[in-house]
Amino acid sequence: MKPTSGVTVSNEDPTAGTGDLVVLSNVNKHFGELHVLQDIELTIARGEVVVVIGPSGGGKSTLCRAINRLETIDSGEIVIDGRPLPAEGRELAALRADVGMVFQSFNLFAHKTVLQNVTLGQVKVRKKDKKEADERARHLLDRVGVASQADKYPAQLSGGQQQRVAIARALAMDPKIMLFDEPTSALDPEMINEVLEVMQQLARDGMTMVVVTHEMGFARSAANRVVFMADGRIVEETTPDQFFSNPRSERAKDFLSKILHH
Amino acid sequence: MFDFLEGYDLLGAFWVTVQLTFYSAIGALIWGTALAAMRVSPVPLMRGFGTSYVNVVRNIPLTVIIVFTSLGLFQTLGVTLGADNFTTINFRLAVLGLIAYTAAFVCEALRSGINTVPLGQTEAARAIGLSFPQVLRLIVLPQAFRSVVGPLANVLIALTKNTTVAAAIGVAEAASLMREMIENEAQLILISAIFAFGFICLTLPTGLFLGWVSKKVSVKR
Repeated sequence: MKPTSGVTVSNEDPTAGTGDLVVLSNVNKHFGELHVLQDIELTIARGEVVVVIGPSGGGKSTLCRAINRLETIDSGEIVIDGRPLPAEGRELAALRADVGMVFQSFNLFAHKTVLQNVTLGQVKVRKKDKKEADERARHLLDRVGVASQADKYPAQLSGGQQQRVAIARALAMDPKIMLFDEPTSALDPEMINEVLEVMQQLARDGMTMVVVTHEMGFARSAANRVVFMADGRIVEETTPDQFFSNPRSERAKDFLSKILHH
Repeated sequence: MFDFLEGYDLLGAFWVTVQLTFYSAIGALIWGTALAAMRVSPVPLMRGFGTSYVNVVRNIPLTVIIVFTSLGLFQTLGVTLGADNFTTINFRLAVLGLIAYTAAFVCEALRSGINTVPLGQTEAARAIGLSFPQVLRLIVLPQAFRSVVGPLANVLIALTKNTTVAAAIGVAEAASLMREMIENEAQLILISAIFAFGFICLTLPTGLFLGWVSKKVSVKR
C-alpha cells in the first residue's frame, strides 16, 4: 500500500471499531500573523490511536485543543460523532464532556482533593449521585494506580501521580475520545513511564485517542497511525512502522534524524 | 475623670456602627462578587457594565454617595427602602450607599484573586463540560476568595471606619455621638481618644482574625 497524505490508512488493530469519530475538514487558524493551522484534513476512526508528532511550534497542540474548542478556528469544519462542533453555550459544554482532555501541566483543581477532582464532573455535569460518583472515582484511581492518594490534595502528589489523576478525571466522564496534549512533557524522566503505561493500557482497551507527544517509543508501540505536523501543516500521515523506517517527506527525515540519532 | 460620659449612650452608638458595618459588609461582598463575575464574563455588555461601575463609583467621594442617597434617592425620588421612620430610612440609605461604594473595592480585590487561579484549571474545568457559571462558582471563585482574604480584610477595616460618614445623613453611629459630645463637653482630646480606641477595638481583632484565616485557607500549589 502506498499511503498518500490526507487518506486514512487502513487500520490493522483488531480492537478498533468502525466509523469516523472525528473529522476535520479544511481547518484554518491564525495567531495574528502566524498561520498555525493550514488546511488541516484529518479523520479519526472509532477506536483508533493517532499520535501527532513534529517540531515545536508546528501546530500540534493547537490542533489538539481545537478538537474540543479550547481554541477557536477561523475557517473549516470539525465534526465529532456526526455533529458539527457547536460554537458556544450548553451544547458546547455537553460536547466537551464527551471529549476527555489531558494537559501538559496536569491542571488539577488545587483546592479539591484527588477524589473530588475525579467526582466533580460526574456530579455537576453527568448529574450522578455522590455515592455512585465516589465509587466510580475510586475504581478509576485504582486503575491508574493512585487509589491510596485519594484524600490528598494535588500539591502533595508527584507530577506522574498528578497526571494519572488527570487521566482518571477525564475518564470519569466516560468520554468518546481522549485528547492528550503532551502529557509527559512536564514530567521528570522517571515518571514518564508510569503515565505512558496507563495510556498504553487505555489504547489496548480500545479507547479512541489523539496523543500529541515527543515520546517516539509510545508512538511506535501504541499508535495505529502517526501524523507528522510541521509549520501548521500535516506533512505526512502513515503507520508508525512506515514513518520511522521509511519517512517520505524531507521534513520528516530531517526531524527524525535529529531525534533518533541514538 | 470620666464622669462627663454620663448621659451618653456610648455602647449604643458603637452598636449602630457595628450594625452598619455588618450589613454593608455582607451586601458589599455579594454585590462585589457579582461585579467581579461580570468583569470576567464572556459577555461584552456585562464586562462593560462592571468596568464602568467600578471606575465611576470608586472615584466618587463616599460623602457624596451617602449624601446623594438621602437628598437624591429619599428626598427627591421618595425611595424609603420599606421603612417608615427617619431613623430606619437613614440607616438603610446609609447601608445602601456603603454597599454601592465598598462593592467596587471588593470587586477589584476579588479580581486580583481570580488572576491568581492558573488559566489551565479553567481550561480543565471547561474541558470536563462545566458551564461558565459553574467554572466560576466551583473552581475560580473558591480559590480566588482564599487568596484575597488579606486584601478583603483591608476593605472591611476601611468600611468600618467609613461608616462614620453615615453621620452626614443623621445616622446616630459613633462619630455623630462624638461630634455631639465634643460640642457639649470640655474634654476634646479625651473624647477623641475614647472614640479612636473604640474603633481600634472593632478593627484590630478583625484584622488579626482575618490574617489568621488567610493563612488557614490558602491553597497550596
